[in-house]
Amino acid sequence: MKLESKIPEGPLAEKWDKHKFNVKLVNPANKRKYDVIVVGTGLAGASAAASLAELGYNVKAFSFHDSPRRAHSIAAQGGINAAKNYQNDGDSVYRLFYDTVKGGDYRAREANVYRLAQVSVNIIDQCVAQGVPFAREYGGLLANRSFGGAQVSRTFYARGQTGQQLLLGAYSALSRQIAYGKVKMYTRTEMLDLVIVDGQARGIITRNLITGEIQQHAAHAVVLATGGYGNVFYLSTNAKYSNATAAWRAHKKGALFANPCFTQIHPTCIPVSGDYQSKLTLMSESLRNDGRVWVPRTKEMAERLRTGQVRVADIPEEERDYFLERKYPAFGNLVPRDVASRNAKMMCDEGRGVGTTGLAVFLDFADSIKRNGAAWVDAKYGNLFAMYEKITGENPYEVPMRIYPAVHYTMGGLWVDYNLQTTIPGLYATGECNFSDHGANRLGASALMQGLADGYFVIPYTIGDYLAQTAPKPVTTEHPAFNEAEANVRAQIQKLLSINGTRTPDDFHKALGHIMWEKCGMARSAEGLQQAKAEIQKLRREFWQDLKVVGTGEELNQTLEKAARVADFIELGELMVDDAYHRNESCGGHFREEYQTPEGEALRDDEHFAYVAAWEYQGENSPELLHKEDLVFENVKLTQRSYK
Amino acid sequence: MAGSNPNAKPLNLTLKVWRQKNRNTNGQMVDYQVRDISQEMSFLEMLDVLNEDLLRKGEEPVAFDHDCREGICGSCNLFINGRAHGPEPGTTTCQLHMRKFNDGDTITIEPWRAEAFPVNKDLSVDRSAFDRIIQAGGYVSVNTGGVPDANEIPIPKSIADQAFDAATCIGCGACVAACKNASAMLFVSAKVSQLALLPQGQVERKQRVENMVAQMDKEGFGACTNIGSCAAECPVGISLENIAILNREFLAAKATSNNLA
Amino acid sequence: MSWLSNALTSSIGRKIIMAVTGLFLCSFLVIHLIGNLQLFKNDGGQAFNVYSHFMGTNPVIRTIEWVLVAGFVFHIYESIMLTRRNKAARGPQGYVVNHNEQNSPWQSRNMGILGTIILIFLLIHLYNFFYRARFGDLDPDINNNDDLYTLVVSSFHQWWYVLLYVLAQIALAYHLIHGFKSAFQTLGLTHRKYTPFITYFGYAFSIIVCAGFAVMPLYFFFIK
Repeated sequence: MKLESKIPEGPLAEKWDKHKFNVKLVNPANKRKYDVIVVGTGLAGASAAASLAELGYNVKAFSFHDSPRRAHSIAAQGGINAAKNYQNDGDSVYRLFYDTVKGGDYRAREANVYRLAQVSVNIIDQCVAQGVPFAREYGGLLANRSFGGAQVSRTFYARGQTGQQLLLGAYSALSRQIAYGKVKMYTRTEMLDLVIVDGQARGIITRNLITGEIQQHAAHAVVLATGGYGNVFYLSTNAKYSNATAAWRAHKKGALFANPCFTQIHPTCIPVSGDYQSKLTLMSESLRNDGRVWVPRTKEMAERLRTGQVRVADIPEEERDYFLERKYPAFGNLVPRDVASRNAKMMCDEGRGVGTTGLAVFLDFADSIKRNGAAWVDAKYGNLFAMYEKITGENPYEVPMRIYPAVHYTMGGLWVDYNLQTTIPGLYATGECNFSDHGANRLGASALMQGLADGYFVIPYTIGDYLAQTAPKPVTTEHPAFNEAEANVRAQIQKLLSINGTRTPDDFHKALGHIMWEKCGMARSAEGLQQAKAEIQKLRREFWQDLKVVGTGEELNQTLEKAARVADFIELGELMVDDAYHRNESCGGHFREEYQTPEGEALRDDEHFAYVAAWEYQGENSPELLHKEDLVFENVKLTQRSYK
Repeated sequence: MAGSNPNAKPLNLTLKVWRQKNRNTNGQMVDYQVRDISQEMSFLEMLDVLNEDLLRKGEEPVAFDHDCREGICGSCNLFINGRAHGPEPGTTTCQLHMRKFNDGDTITIEPWRAEAFPVNKDLSVDRSAFDRIIQAGGYVSVNTGGVPDANEIPIPKSIADQAFDAATCIGCGACVAACKNASAMLFVSAKVSQLALLPQGQVERKQRVENMVAQMDKEGFGACTNIGSCAAECPVGISLENIAILNREFLAAKATSNNLA
Repeated sequence: MSWLSNALTSSIGRKIIMAVTGLFLCSFLVIHLIGNLQLFKNDGGQAFNVYSHFMGTNPVIRTIEWVLVAGFVFHIYESIMLTRRNKAARGPQGYVVNHNEQNSPWQSRNMGILGTIILIFLLIHLYNFFYRARFGDLDPDINNNDDLYTLVVSSFHQWWYVLLYVLAQIALAYHLIHGFKSAFQTLGLTHRKYTPFITYFGYAFSIIVCAGFAVMPLYFFFIK
């Protein structure tokens, strides 16, 4: 299979405009003859469903939540980047493009990233028009803040709840189309398989989570906007229900999966407190604007702190190591996420971590409170401070926050071309579900940007190109492929229900997460990855022999839902390990211990690994086949990333 | 987090949990014991422990709604010890932690109760009525593209902040659950006042409030009698002032709109 | 005019009627209290009887009387409609444990009970004074006015009657503590500058008016 990225010819800045002119259009009267399925109604899905419906297509939208408003996009805190240059501080589309490519450690497609930066400005306009209450200055104009990996202020925000406000904006646009009847919304409905007819994506098989009813849905095209797969690690900042099932099953039907090992570990999360822990909570990156990250300068002091012999307040300034400021004076506490996470891990590995487990570093607001007053800090971060206190029982106005890295985002995902089409014609992937824009590391405030860019401003153009070349005949579920897919889904459910072993889905999930975090997490090695692969394969065998699920398939059965998702996570985990093992370099969130500079920074190998690794499913128990899409950098010079 | 109080004693608790097979059957309270519950656990993690126990014993786990577990998605919805989201003010169920309880406590856990929120199973309820209210008008009718520059219309910071405070509603339904009248006014008013405050919401201001209130009534929610339970239990602090704004918007719209229906 | 009936039978419309009639009834309370203060005049009830004669015969007052009746009727009718709607909205299955006393004041949740107590009192009160003054045959006083004053004095010398009055006034006070500020909320008359004043004024109003009414039977029972 040859991967065709379909990047338009011409200068970088003109590619998208030219492409928009070149794509085929569907005549307005014909649009209503096409049905489009959108799976997932978070930022990327809701914006796509609403925009496609506005254009006139008939949209069927699916969400496993009880309402589109619950999608995990809602939890994004810090903000959304846009190259508006409202601050007059030297920002531009080109700079946002450059920062994003560099932040991604040169493993993203230039053309995609440039388009993302271009449409970023439209996103802000669109959201404001929808009534999204972004933060404003006293003069009434929009406010910005800084985020990691950038030296300009280009992040738009709504206190610490930007994702919520943007999602509610997209949800409102979607709700409007539901009211018009242009979108038929299926809530509490999970996609369990993709249906391919004559090599084209033509529908999906779903399960109603309340009644257990299995349904077939046909359409001219299918858009997957089902988010990332961070929950492979069990503990992550993802929501409990976030899962990879839709994307994984599309992968098993032929869609290539790109760069699965590129996972982002977010530096500022509330540390793990015990085995019962069910998820990790992010503290927005924006906190690093005003909080200073430090650990005790010596191991001995850290030890005394952990055992309660000394209090934080008693540690004098010269005994504190503000390690990010020390090592990266230019960016200080605002280095990109992968760098900040790795350094926190290094400090803890050195024995200088804090908290009873020693797996945490301080994020200290004392200076900021002294400089600006507690009221100022409260206005900026009040909700985050309150959340921290609720979870930990500690008041961050008085003692520094303790933070530790946690799995947050997955840059990898379904491989898509410039049109966001996967390797299956008619199947598209948007938002975190695809791999396209963030390379090996995503910069803060870029996930919201990408989700909305894809949904509002890319897919409405590019899907038209495909549909215009598809006959506007009604599609039905009559083709035998539908019954076949449905039978497979039913068989899997039956299998899960009938094993009747001893271990719960959560039990397997935790075991998988443990393997992944230890061996395919913040630092990876060839040896560890080989062990991980063997352990995952063993876990998979045990899963299918010893799983315990009670109840039936014809009712709300949350254990059954979980079991099916864990089955997919186990398979995907193995692919992540394979991908991490094959990529003999360190880049962004993928840090192979064998490949680092003397200072411990990621050491890329551009000669051999400047490509997208896209994996093709080869059937059960066969290794996946690697395809490479070479990354061509015509505008950006590949250098060792430096934030010093 | 480990460290805030490493010596806190684990809790043994009695849970009284509402169990109901599905929408069409009756339910009842069932007693369960949970042991060795860490005080650092969240309430839902405590329920996870219960569910894992039940599952291992071959019993059906308790169904409940939850997702983000960081207080923003609005999925979690438990009526704990007679209070929506439990005893802590300004807290969703998922952000309630076990350090707020004592060893030996008996905790009752019920689903939201309202005619408009039918029970799916156990503690999970159907809140799609809220979606239908939003579909009736909780939006600004702008298509994608063709909108003015974001800074074209300055909005006073105080207005933007006030709109944000209303927009912060997470749609959990605690207001309905806590209200003696099962009224959804706080939810509806949050959206109405957000959009009534912002210049972008002006064009459809009248029809929005008329349509949303009509849908709210159609869904079978009660009428507000200004008791104030909703705002007291709202995990994100939506203020009662929004209901006053809703009333005002409704009155003004009914008096001046061109809608004869 | 379907728009009007639709508006007024909507959940908010009914509340608005409650608020408007409630505030109107508050104004009646003020008039009624001020007029009745004549009872305290130490003239053997002459002034009071002049006042009650005026109230019973003046055509303007007699007209407004019907408005007052309508106010009561609508207030009560709407409260029944709202209560029925709200009971239905709550659904048949209540909470097994409900600690709503922790999130709201008692009187706000029990306006129906308070209103019912007030209604019962009102019927007794109307029968005893209004009905007998208007349709009964009271003896004339020295000015040839109906001597309602004597009836009041004799009534207020019966302990159970005084007790009923005082209890009813307590119920009314609680009813007003919620109702007064609630009416402004329902009419959307809130503002950060004025709402605190309305709240405090509502408290003062409820207590002063009800205390004023309650003092009358106590005064005659214990002092006169």
